[in-house]
Parts: sequence; structure tokens; C-alpha cells
Amino acid sequence: MSQLAELQKSERLEFVTLVAGGQNFCIEIKQIREIRRWTPVTVLPHSPDHVLGVINLRGAVIPIIDLAAKLGFAKIMPTERHVIIIIAVEDRIIGLLVESVSEILGVDAHTVRETPRGPEDTTTRAILGIIPLGDDMTKIISLSALLGPTNQVAA
Amino acid sequence: MTGDPTMRDVFFEECEDLIAALTEGLTAMRDGRTDSETVNAVFRAVHSVKGAAGAFALDDLVGFAHTFETVLDHVRSQRLALDDRILHVLQRSGDVLADLIDTAREDLPTNQAQVDPVMADLQSFLGDAPADAEDFVFEALTLAFDAPDDATSTYVVTFAPSAAFYTSGNDPVLIIAALQALGPTRVSVDTSRLPTSLEELHWQDGLLSWRVEIDGLGSDLPILEVFEFVDDLCALQVSLRSADTDIPDPPQAGTTAAATADDVVDTPSVDPQPDTGDQKARSAQDRGGSRAATSLRVDPERIDRLINAVGELIINQSVISQRLQQANLPNAAELFADLDDYKLLAREIQEGVMAIRAQPVKPLFQRMLRIAREAADATGKLVELITEGDATEVDKTVVERLADPLTHMIRNAIDHGIEPPDNRAAAGKNRQGKLRLAARQRSGSIVIEIADDGAGLNRPKIREIAVSKGLVAEDAQLSETEIDHLLFAPGFSTAKEVTNLSGRGVGMDVVKTAITALGGRVAITSQFGQGTTFSITLPLTLAVMDGMIINLGGQTMVVPISSILETVRPKAADLSQIGLNNTLLRIRGEYVPIIDLAERMGQSATPREMTDRVLLLIQTDSVPQCALAVDDIFDQRQVVVKSMQGNYGEISGISGATILGDGKIALIIDPEAVAQGNTAYAATNSQNGRDVSYVAAC
Repeated sequence: MSQLAELQKSERLEFVTLVAGGQNFCIEIKQIREIRRWTPVTVLPHSPDHVLGVINLRGAVIPIIDLAAKLGFAKIMPTERHVIIIIAVEDRIIGLLVESVSEILGVDAHTVRETPRGPEDTTTRAILGIIPLGDDMTKIISLSALLGPTNQVAA
Repeated sequence: MTGDPTMRDVFFEECEDLIAALTEGLTAMRDGRTDSETVNAVFRAVHSVKGAAGAFALDDLVGFAHTFETVLDHVRSQRLALDDRILHVLQRSGDVLADLIDTAREDLPTNQAQVDPVMADLQSFLGDAPADAEDFVFEALTLAFDAPDDATSTYVVTFAPSAAFYTSGNDPVLIIAALQALGPTRVSVDTSRLPTSLEELHWQDGLLSWRVEIDGLGSDLPILEVFEFVDDLCALQVSLRSADTDIPDPPQAGTTAAATADDVVDTPSVDPQPDTGDQKARSAQDRGGSRAATSLRVDPERIDRLINAVGELIINQSVISQRLQQANLPNAAELFADLDDYKLLAREIQEGVMAIRAQPVKPLFQRMLRIAREAADATGKLVELITEGDATEVDKTVVERLADPLTHMIRNAIDHGIEPPDNRAAAGKNRQGKLRLAARQRSGSIVIEIADDGAGLNRPKIREIAVSKGLVAEDAQLSETEIDHLLFAPGFSTAKEVTNLSGRGVGMDVVKTAITALGGRVAITSQFGQGTTFSITLPLTLAVMDGMIINLGGQTMVVPISSILETVRPKAADLSQIGLNNTLLRIRGEYVPIIDLAERMGQSATPREMTDRVLLLIQTDSVPQCALAVDDIFDQRQVVVKSMQGNYGEISGISGATILGDGKIALIIDPEAVAQGNTAYAATNSQNGRDVSYVAAC
């Protein structure tokens, strides 16, 4: 896992923890642009289930993805209390709809562990590593694994 | 200095201008408009490239430029007569120089196989022309622009540094020392501009000017090289003084009349400000000429930011006007008048900003001259490329993205369109084929035409090939236009054998795709035996578009006005059913298929009577005419186009998005894709209105 090794190069890491599909996840704070409340989207034609549509973010057209659906859980029924995390991955800016955002988590890089090998599914493929938290743990989402390469139109 | 990337960037940017000047000059020479100024301009361009390339240790470039420059020097001093052969070699040298710059820019190894033959050609001219100083003394009577009449002439250099010269850390002593290194010199200083009282003296003001006489020089080149890096910062005059006369150039009269060294020169000819009237004589010709057009170099990103901001301003303006209308204010008439002013101003700013991005197509067309020349050489055909409307301005992005399709079309026209000279002669045509590349503006669009006077399209053969490649059914009834458009079908290539010129595995379909991506269209007209014309119609700008705002199942969308022929509210009598799902609209005796846009956009079909809807009659390149059924038409207005591709990916039938007055996003329909996709869509008829082949990256 070169991506994980990359992550472990720095000493101290900060993550934003969130809940999607009822489970704990986290995203490295450097990849997050801002966090905003859910606003209605403009629906895109021919879009997959996990793509909710696009919003106007200060003049830019940003697609919004249901993180739970993308990870293989049931779709989130968005209400005013749901949250959109705006992330920047490579050249793209994308909004992720999540159930809630919990806290900012600072950990030493060496506490991050590799994901134990098990049967693969949509969720595990998008997990970069795990962080133990006392009795619990949280999973680091790899945005590039989650979203795939830039501008690739599946043929 | 070699390691500084920004200096390098500036150098390569300047090289682009220099190459443009070079190409222009060489074209003028080819067209028989050779005068000393043209040759000088070409010479200067090559010389400047050489000088600057030397500073970056680009040895291959310097070496080639040096030989090129030497040949040009012989041409300008008329030691070499311009004939077709030398013109041809000069053109090719220009190409090679441009290539060398490109390879240097990319840090690629030099393609010696390409450089060496041209270099050899250049050297062959030097071989039979006298190369060293003693020989050309005898040719002095040719009265060339500045041919020295003595191998060891004396040059008079007058230079007056400006304040900027000093503030940028230059020192006149070093310049003079460099001049002294060239030969025996006599230096004098002019102190006439010094103020009489010390209080008024600002030592950095550049009040001094120097006059240096240098003996024993063969040309003024070494002198100009000394001033290479300060020529913007001082007023410079270089003139020749023959050994026996004491009067050089007219502007020098004042200086030379004053015999003693420290004497007063109070004529304005040595005003330290660069490019004042009297200085023009030599300085403008030697250096300033290439800088005649004043222009700003601006990072395109800054302009893009400005364009984005202006786009926001326009959206903001419509938000405010919508809010005010909703507010139902009493006595709002004046407010709305002010609002109209705001709107006008915003439009004006927008047009102004767009104008910054607009660029003439001239550099693009000049590149095509080279493409045509190479294509003609490769195919052994005689072709003259005539360009028209060089000054037509188009959005920068359009100019950049047109280069590839145009290159391809020019090559195609020469490879497939124009016949070999013998065939042309047999057909009673001029042996030299004519290719016309013209640009003009036509009501909000740019039209670019590529017209050849070649054989024209062989329609039966095109059809035959299309059938053999399985692109059309054998029994298909095709109109001439439809046959012509087969050229753009993927996998179509008319050349019997793949030539290395145009058959590079890409066809005209790539051209078509590139132009469609720019929001343009291609049309073909062709007369058998007379020639073929491709016309490309492009929008003036990519950032703003006139759109029809429509309602589609409660969602607001935009259809580009440019593709709408008319809007129709159909009566029951105008509609006729074909089968279960398809409806035809009868309009002026024609039957036009109706496409349900809501269904095409994947909205769940709520069966609504066609008579309740509005039909937009559209015309595209691929489908002659069709009608899009929408629910309502709201408005017609300019919208700012936002691309979806960066963050999301392509969506079938959607070309982009815009932001409406209320801040919501409206998708922009791509009528071409909708009309084209219609047949394919009906065939797959996916159940949930989702076409898997178009699922985007997310």
C-alpha cells in the first residue's frame, strides 16, 4: 500500500471523522475544502444511483455523491441535518453527502494500520487503513480509490 | 541564468513572437515582396533567437541560428541573390529553427536527421558566396542596406542610458569595456545634460551619454551583441563612419560637428529617453522594429479568473433583478432603470474581458502555411495556400484547439483533394493547385473555410467504401449531403493506401469531434472536378451563449439558441403517430421526427399530450431536422457556460451547465448529441432511463 506508506511519512496526521451508512469513517483533513449543510441539488440525467446531482458552490458546478451509497450502503435520504463535505482530489472538487461529521482526530502516523486482508467488497476497496480508537476504530477513506481516475468515462 | 525557469519561459515566449515575425517575413519574401526591411526583419528575428539562446547554452539552436543568420546576412548585403532555391531553403530553415526551439523548450534531444540536410543546404550557399571579409570588399558597390564599404570600417556608437539602466544594476563602464574589447576605440562623454547646481543632481537620472568610435570592425553585429541585454534601457545609435569622411548619419551631425571630446551636444538626438523622434533612424530599424506593436504579456490564468468573476457578476446581476421583481416594491421604476444600467455595464465589462481573450487567427494560419508546404513537398504536388481574413479574432481557446483539426484538413485537402500536377494539366487546370484558408465573422459566429480547387468528392466511391466498411447498409438511400458526411464517420478513410501524410490512423471523425467540442459545426460543399469546400462554423466565445430557458418536468434547462430553427405549439392535426412510441410533426409539408426530451433525459415518463407541449425545431449537422418536445419555454437570455467535465465527466446529451438568477444550476442541452443519440437510444430502450454507456467517472 504505497498510499498508506505515503501517509505514514508525516509524523502527525489529522483526520475529520464522519458517519456514513451508520459506520465510522475518516478523511484526511488536507483533502477537505469545507463542510456545509445539505442544499437541494440539480439532478443529472443518466447518472448512477450514488450521484445525487450538482450544486452551485460560489459559481462552480460541483457534483454531489452519496458516500453511503458509494460505499455500498443504503442511500441516504437527505434532510437539512445532513452534511456535505467538499473535497479536493487531484484536480476535481466533489461534495460527499454524509450522515454527520463528528470531530477532528489527531493521531501519530505510526498508529495508522494497514487494513486487515479479508474478503473484498465495495467498502474495503475504498479503505486506505484503519486507526484504533480505544475500544473502537475508524477507517480512512482513500478518495482516489473511491472516485477512480480523473475524467474517466466508463465505456 | 541557465537555471532560472522563469527566464527560460520568457525566452521561449519571445521566441514565439520572433518565429512569427520570421514566418511573416519569409512569406513576404516568397511572395516577391522582398525589400531590405523585410530581409532585415527576418535577420533580426534569427539574430535575436541566437543571442538569447546563447544565454541559455542551447548550443544546437545557436549553431543552426548562426549559419542561418550568416546566409541571411549575405542575402541582405546582396552577396547572395534570392532565387527559388534559396527561398525554399530559407523557408525550411525557418521551420527547422522553430522545431529546434520547440525541442529545446521540451528539453528533447535535437532531431539531427532533420537539421543536418537543411544545415548542409545553408552551408552550400556560404560555400559559393564569399564568406570572409576581404572578398566582399569588391562587392561594396551593390549598395546594400548597410554593407560596409571597408572591411575595417569605423563604427560610431552613441548610447545614452536611461534611469532604468542604472536601477537595474547595469554599469556603463562594463559596456564600454566590452566595446573596447572589439578593437581600438575612442570614447567621449557628453555631460551637457548635467544640471549646473549640485542640488538638482540626481545621480541615477541617466544624464550622461557616451560616444564610442570603434575601428576595424567588419559589421555592426558585435556591437549590437554588446547591447543585447540593455537595448531597452538606453537610447542607442550605431552608425558607420567611413575612413575618409567625417560625416556619418544625419542624426549624428551634431555630435561629429563638435570636435572635442567633452564638448556640448545639445541637439535632442542624444536624449536619453529611448525611441524619441530622432533616434528612430537606426535604433528602430535595428532593434525596435520587432517590438513595434505594443502589447501586454499576461498570464492567461489571470484573464480566466477575470472572466470567471465577470461571469459571476452577470449571474449576480440577474439574481438581484429577480429578487427585486419578487419584492414588489412600490415606486420601483427608478430602481429598475438603475438596474438596467447595471445590466448594461455588466455586459460591457463582459465584452471587454472577452475581447482580451480574442486573438487574431493569423498565427494559426501562418502555421498552416508550413503544414501546406510540407504536405505539398511530401506528395510532390504544387500547392499555393492563400489565407484570407487573418485579422479575424477568435477566442484564444478556439484558436488553440483549432490547430489540430485545421492541420488535418489542410493535409487532407492536399493529399486527397488536389490532384498531381500532370492530372491537373490534363484536366485543363493550372498545374499549381489552390488552397484557400479564409476566416470571417458572421453574426455571432466565426466561419472558417478550407477550399481546394481539386478533384472534388467522388461520391459514388465514398458510398462504396462506406458500404464495404459496413458503415451504411448496401441498399440505403442517401442524399448527397449524407454521403458527404460519411467522411466524418469513425473508421472511414478514402485513401486507397495509407499515406504517411494524412493516414495516421485518425480520420476526419477526429476533426469533427474536435470542432463539435468547440460548439462548432462542419459543412461540406463539393463539385466533382471543381473542388471541395469545408466550412467550419464556430461560436465567437466559449464562455457565454445565447440560450432558450425551458422547463422539462419541473427542471429548468437551457437549449442553445444557435441550433433552434423555430418553436412550435403543435395542433393535433399536425401530429401523426408512427407505431406506439414515435410521433411525427408535419410542418410546411415536411415530416419531422419528435424527440421527447424528458424521456431522453431519463425522467420518468409522465405521459403528457404533445399538444400541451412546446416543440423546438432544431437542426444539426448529423440529423437534418428534428423537434424536441419540452414542457414550457420561459425566456431567452445569455447564459454563462460552466463546464461539467472537470469535476464530473461527460454526460450524454448535456454540454455543460449554467447558474440561473436564483443561484440554481440549469443543465445545458446538447441538441446534436440528443438528436444523434435518438436512434441508438430507441434501439437499446433502457428501462430505467439510464444509459450505462454514459455513466461518468463518479
